[in-house]
Amino acid sequence: MPTLESLPHVLPEVALAVTAAALFVLEALWQPRGRARRVGFPLLALGGLLAALLFLVASPSSAEPRFFGGLLTQDPFSTFVRGVAIVATALAVGLALGSPSLPSNRRVEYHGLLVLLALGMCLLSSAGHLLMIYVAIEIVSLTSYLLAGFDDRGGRSAEAGLKYVLFGGVASGVMLFGFSLLFGLFGDLSLSGLGQALAHSTTLSTGAGRWATLLALVFVLAGLGFKIAAVPFHMWCPDVYEGAPTPFTALLSVGPKAAGFAVLLRFGTGLWPELATDAAAATSALPWLLLLGVMSTVTMTVGNLAAIWQDNLKRLLAYSSIAHAGYMLMGVVAGGREGPGAVAVYLAVYLIMNIGAFAVVSAVDRSAHSEDIGVYHGLGRRAPLLALAMAVFLLSLTGLPPTAGFVGKLYLFASLIHHGGFWYVLLAVVGVLNSVVSLYFYARVLRAMFLESAAGEPAPVSLANSAAALAVVLAVPTLALGIFWQPLAAIANFSGSLF
Amino acid sequence: MIETQTTLLTWMTFTPLIGVAAIGLLLMARPLLGLSQRAVDHGARLLALLTTLPSLALSYVMWRDFDGAAGGVQFVHHTPWIRAFNIEYFMGVDGLSVTMVMLTALISSVAVIASMPWGIARDDSHHFSRRQVPGYMALLLLLETGMFGVFCALDFFLFYVLWELVLLPMYFLIGIWGGPRREYAAIKFFLYTLAGSVLMLLGMIALYYASEPTTLVDGTAAAHTFNMLKLAEQANRFELMAPILGLPFTKVVWVGMFIAFAIKVPMFPFHTWLPDAHVEAPTPISVLLAGVLLKMGPYGMLRVNYPILPEATLWAQWGVAIFGAINIVYAAFVCMAQKDLKKLIAYSSVSHMGFVLLGMAAFTPQGISGAVYQMWNHGIISPALFLIAGVIYDRAHHREIEGFGGLSKNLPEYTAITGLAFMASLGLPGLNGFISEALVLVGAFPVFKVITIVSASGVIITAAYYLLTMQRVFLGKLNEKYAALRDLNWRERLTLYPLVALMVVLGFYPMPILDLMNPTLHSLVLPFAQRTGLVTGP
Repeated sequence: MPTLESLPHVLPEVALAVTAAALFVLEALWQPRGRARRVGFPLLALGGLLAALLFLVASPSSAEPRFFGGLLTQDPFSTFVRGVAIVATALAVGLALGSPSLPSNRRVEYHGLLVLLALGMCLLSSAGHLLMIYVAIEIVSLTSYLLAGFDDRGGRSAEAGLKYVLFGGVASGVMLFGFSLLFGLFGDLSLSGLGQALAHSTTLSTGAGRWATLLALVFVLAGLGFKIAAVPFHMWCPDVYEGAPTPFTALLSVGPKAAGFAVLLRFGTGLWPELATDAAAATSALPWLLLLGVMSTVTMTVGNLAAIWQDNLKRLLAYSSIAHAGYMLMGVVAGGREGPGAVAVYLAVYLIMNIGAFAVVSAVDRSAHSEDIGVYHGLGRRAPLLALAMAVFLLSLTGLPPTAGFVGKLYLFASLIHHGGFWYVLLAVVGVLNSVVSLYFYARVLRAMFLESAAGEPAPVSLANSAAALAVVLAVPTLALGIFWQPLAAIANFSGSLF
Repeated sequence: MIETQTTLLTWMTFTPLIGVAAIGLLLMARPLLGLSQRAVDHGARLLALLTTLPSLALSYVMWRDFDGAAGGVQFVHHTPWIRAFNIEYFMGVDGLSVTMVMLTALISSVAVIASMPWGIARDDSHHFSRRQVPGYMALLLLLETGMFGVFCALDFFLFYVLWELVLLPMYFLIGIWGGPRREYAAIKFFLYTLAGSVLMLLGMIALYYASEPTTLVDGTAAAHTFNMLKLAEQANRFELMAPILGLPFTKVVWVGMFIAFAIKVPMFPFHTWLPDAHVEAPTPISVLLAGVLLKMGPYGMLRVNYPILPEATLWAQWGVAIFGAINIVYAAFVCMAQKDLKKLIAYSSVSHMGFVLLGMAAFTPQGISGAVYQMWNHGIISPALFLIAGVIYDRAHHREIEGFGGLSKNLPEYTAITGLAFMASLGLPGLNGFISEALVLVGAFPVFKVITIVSASGVIITAAYYLLTMQRVFLGKLNEKYAALRDLNWRERLTLYPLVALMVVLGFYPMPILDLMNPTLHSLVLPFAQRTGLVTGP
């Protein structure tokens, strides 16, 4: 579809770009003080995000899914992930209200960068061209580097930002090299073009060609694995999560990961279109699926085992988010219609429960000024409502019924078992055993909150802030969707298809 | 087929949940009404009683109206729940589950009464019944909902959700209100049972996708089903499924399910969580754990493994019997070495649950009736034993068997009750334990001669450890330290006397229970009996 006619389909992105620009320009020209600064700018950001969400919901359907000459692809899956990215950003804006981890004189930039990040995630979710993937990943990464270093209380945040830049720079460089290899081998940069070239190319018939293709795939996976924080490209994750301001960490653990999964799925189905319809037939995609399967196994196992030893809640949740990337990779491996559907359901659930858990961390941090597990001792008696909400999130992250997390896992396991076959079932078995391991460290937090009593006289935990309110509000759907999850099933039905 | 629907089981299952909500409201209303801590505690206790005792009344109605001779599923409540996975809300009881539901109602009521602080010294503010009462009662009620639900659910997914629902309150009840090593015991319980139930989850999904198209209760078409009765009708189909991990489909699924249930039984070698959990848990929680939770294991086997995967059940017959015998004899020997009264009772539970495994493996009418009757009897006797251990612990603050002596002089009533419960547990004729163990041994002997003879020796060891304990604690020279202990109080009488009365009555006349379950159980094992040549003809 030519450029001008494509515009109505990217109105959400336009709204985000306009909002981000407005935030930066207004800050520079007007330099507001007081209430306008504290409340006005977050409201403006929220308004822009809401507009984007409304445009997204109302976006016209189109027979031709490729826009701007194939740079962007729109299908139900990308529409859904764009929604997840926008909602996650809105929640991060809400969490940031009054957060002590953000310097008050740079609040506006923070919101501008968040909206810009949302724009990057939306573009990444629908990118259908290697160049677009690269550009979108860079938008997401650059804004993330800045946001990670935003907390100016002590050097942890700056360290996080720098580490993130170093790892991110290497990862995207490697990925770019992978792209160039693919272009050299198959002579195309659009995913659909690559898919056709791959199907008819004679490159794969030679040994050297096969190895070069495999190498290119590994390099691409390095860049995408960095975005979803999959092992072995996860090393940045605990340090960045710990150092970054908590409201941003909450977003980082969900938004870029969701966009990363969208592009991972699209890359797979672009190169091997048969993956989207029937994963069993896609024998040509075996090396890709094998890479993903091994990555999934290693990611969830390493994430869960490493989380056992963490005493800082943000680090613990960082390793847990690594493990969850491993779970979601199971859905990518399963493929077909059910795999992406399961990933979409899991993303929706993960959005609610993970941001909820970070909201609790943020609320406790405001009173206790620490994320150490020690400050959670006796939380069940000091702030019962907050502790109860945290318990719901933790059980949901473990995947115990009747919580939404269980439904997400059910979809992932069901997609693998329905697919059948030795390796698929084995992956499912590894997945459930990992759930058992994860119980151990999530239960450590439960134990701290309910089984142990606080030493001395800890500061009272206040519930009168946006983070605590969000935590309590998010706990409701986490529980309700576990008891009646027909809405999640609708998501799975809707977003199962990729073009 | 048009089923008559009734909400009796739904009310029974979810009335405790109303109690949980009411306690939550009470806590929220506390600042508004300016209630004292004492008032809130009493309110929570009252709400727990008010939402538990009705289930006892409902279970009486159920017992009265259940048509044992007709068999089949009764008191059905059946409606679609989540259409995406063809999940239904399907509650109902047959001869197998009706006794378990009654047991749950009875033991839950006993446990709630046992959680009251009546008769506990006023200065003992660290007693579990005085700490964080609203939370305790709310979790206890949540546990009740899970237990009722497991025995009533006939949709596999519903069964699984309720099965998992039991874990969480149990973790907190042991972990917050338990003994010195409570945290270790609680997480061990949680991890063991979760490890088992995730295997059940995978098996359940595999069965779902292997099932053939059918209809939901409202007539809509369903590509697959979680309905356990329909899955059982399709049992032959599962034999034809493609292998899992290179092994036969039904055997893999059977083993996964069996391990999940065996951990709950608990079957050797998965039993090590039980002594820890029991020793640390407060008395009423031990009562529920031994009385009801352990029964979920064999119940699951008889509900899932037997009817849905019959070929694999036949294949595993000897394995189940051998593990049953190991449970009986090994745990009995372990009992001989115990110094802690509660640990002794815990291991005796392991031993007695072995009879259930042995009886159900035989596929004979006597064997299966004995097995399920043993589940019922153990559900009456072991709660009584844990209450007895609680009585002495509340008074002496320890449970060392060697630390007492001559208690019969000052505590005649307690001694008499204990003696009766011990005798019932070791299988003295005239008390209920004898009937079920005898049925199991009679039913198993024609099938497994050597295994049954070995298992029968467990009865002798059981007699030995109970009589030795009796002698050390109650007979001999009075330990002067405990000369001032008081005999049973009214709370303890209220919990112990009904259980002891049942031991005597059902020991002489077991038919009220056996009549309920026999038709269902006999038709459950008939196909197996025909296959193994025990019964010829239809």
